[in-house]
Amino acid sequence: MSGLIFNLFIFVLASFIGFELISKVPPTLHTPLMSGANAISGITIIGAVVVAGQVDSQVAQLIGFCAIVFATINVVGGFMVTDRMLEMFKKKDRSNE
Amino acid sequence: MSEFLPSGIQAILPDIIQLVYLVATGIFIVGIKRLGSPDTARSGNQLAALGMLIGLVVTLFDQQIISYEYIIAGIVIGSAIGAFAAKKVEMTAMPEMVAIFNGFGGGASALVAWGEFRRTAPELFAGQEIATIGLSILIGSITFTGSFVAFGKLKGFISGNPITFPAQNIFNAFITIVGLALVGWLTFDPASQLVFWIIFGIALVLGVLTVLPIGGADMPVVISLLNSYSGLAASMAGFVINNNLLIISGALVGAAGLILTNIMCKAMNRTLGNVLFGAFGGDNGDSGSGPAADTDKTVHETTAQDVAIQCAYADKVVITPGYGLAVAQAQHVLKEVVDKLEKKGVEVKYGIHPVAGRMPGHMNVLLAEADVPYDQLYDMEQINPEFKSTDVVLIIGANDVVNPAAKTTQGSPIYGMPILNVDEAERTIVFKRSLSPGFAGIDNALFYEESNQMFFGDAKETLQDLSQALSNL
Repeated sequence: MSGLIFNLFIFVLASFIGFELISKVPPTLHTPLMSGANAISGITIIGAVVVAGQVDSQVAQLIGFCAIVFATINVVGGFMVTDRMLEMFKKKDRSNE
Repeated sequence: MSEFLPSGIQAILPDIIQLVYLVATGIFIVGIKRLGSPDTARSGNQLAALGMLIGLVVTLFDQQIISYEYIIAGIVIGSAIGAFAAKKVEMTAMPEMVAIFNGFGGGASALVAWGEFRRTAPELFAGQEIATIGLSILIGSITFTGSFVAFGKLKGFISGNPITFPAQNIFNAFITIVGLALVGWLTFDPASQLVFWIIFGIALVLGVLTVLPIGGADMPVVISLLNSYSGLAASMAGFVINNNLLIISGALVGAAGLILTNIMCKAMNRTLGNVLFGAFGGDNGDSGSGPAADTDKTVHETTAQDVAIQCAYADKVVITPGYGLAVAQAQHVLKEVVDKLEKKGVEVKYGIHPVAGRMPGHMNVLLAEADVPYDQLYDMEQINPEFKSTDVVLIIGANDVVNPAAKTTQGSPIYGMPILNVDEAERTIVFKRSLSPGFAGIDNALFYEESNQMFFGDAKETLQDLSQALSNL
C-alpha cells in the first residue's frame, strides 16, 4: 500500500503545480497551450514501450505495439503542430515593427 | 539493450533511470511554464519535446525490456502518421486535430493498462494495482471514443446539434456507476475476464454517449476536458506500471486541461455541468435554429464604397473577426484592408473574443498566420471599454460573440455570456453571407439595430471589394 500512497502524493503535488503553471496564461496562447499539453499527455508512450518490450506474453506485446503507434501519433503530431502554430507567432513579431 | 552494458553500470541502472526521469520532469515543468508567454512559447514546446525524448531513450535501458522489434516498428509507424498529419492540417482545422490526437493519447493509456493486465497472471495482482488498471481502462477508453465523436462533430460527419434520447443523463450516470462498481469487483476477482471486458465496453460506449448530446458551440470546452482526461489517463497508466514520470506529467496535463476548461466556461458564462448535461445549441425549441424568419424586422444593407468611406473617415476602427473569416481564408485580405486604413491615419485594433473561432485563442492563431502583429490584438476585457469611443466596428464572420441577446434576453441560451459590446460603438457593419444564425444556432438582434449595416457576401470577396474601394478613394 505504501507504494500507492507515495504515488498519490506525487500525483496531488504535480496537479497543484499544473494549476499554478496554467492559471495566468493569456488567451492568445490557449490553443497552442492546449495542443502542447496534449502532446505531453502522450508521455504514456513510455508505458507503451515498457509493455511492448517485455516478452512474457505475445498478446501483450501486440497490445503494446498498438499503444506505441497511438502514443507516437499523439506525441510527434502534437509537438509538431504546436511548433507550427508558435512559429507563426514568432516571425511577424519582427517583420512588422 | 541493458545486457550490452558493463555489470557495474547495470547494477545502478534503475537509479540512473529514475534520476533521468527526474531531469525530464524538471524539463516538462520549465517547458509548460515557458508555453505561457508568446516570446518563450516556442522554446517551451521544444523543451517539452526534448524532455519526452530523454525520458523515452532512457526507458529503453530498462532491464525488463528485452525485445525491440515492436518498439521500433511502432515508433516508426506512429511518427510517420503523426508528422504527416501535423504538416498537412489547415490552421482552421486545429480543433479537430487536437481532438483526434487526444483520442490516440487516451487510447494508448487504456492499451498500456490492458497490456499489463494480459501480461501478468491475475493472482499476482494486488487489489490496488487492479484498481488502477480498471481506472486507466475507464478514463483512457472514454477519452478515446469521446474524442472521436468530438472530431466527427467538428468535421460535420456527425450532426453538430445535440443528439439526445430520453433519460440520457440518468442512463449515463447509471452506467458510470456500474463501471466503477465493476472496477471494485475486479479488485476482489482479478481473474474474471468477463468483468474486465464489460468495463472496457462500458467505457467505450460512455465516451460516445457523453459527447453526443453536447452541441457544436460547446465543443471547445469538451475538447479541453478530454485533453484533461487524456492527461489523467496517462497518469493512471503511470500508477499501473509504477512510473513517476508518467504520474507527474499526466497530472500536469490533467490539471492544465481543467484550468483551461474552466477559463473557457467562464468566457461563455457556462458551468461545466451545464455544458456536459445541458444539450445546448442548435435545436433548442425556443431559440429558432432555422434561418431568421422574422419578416417584420428590417436590416440596412450597405455596399463596399459606403463601408470604405465610413472607415476611411473614421478616427478609430475596431475589427472583431470570427470563424467565418477563417473559413473564407480572408485573413490576408483583411490585413491588406487594415494596412490601407492605417495609411490613411485611422487607428485600427482587433477585438478578439476568447472563444472566437472553434477553440479558445484559435482566432489569435489564425490571425498570426496572416502576419497580424499580436500587439494589435486585444482581448475582450481590454477592448470592451473602447467601443464607446469607436466610430466603426467591422464584424467579420462573427455572430454569437457579439450578440446583444447575451445581455438583454433572459432565457436566451447565451444569456449571461460575456460578449464584445460592439453595440456601444457609433456604427457597426456586419460582414456575413446571410442572416442565418451562427454556431450556437440563435438569431442575432444586432442585425436589426438602427446603427447596424449588413454587408452581405463571402468574407473574402467582400473584403476584396472593400480593399479595392479604399484604393479608389
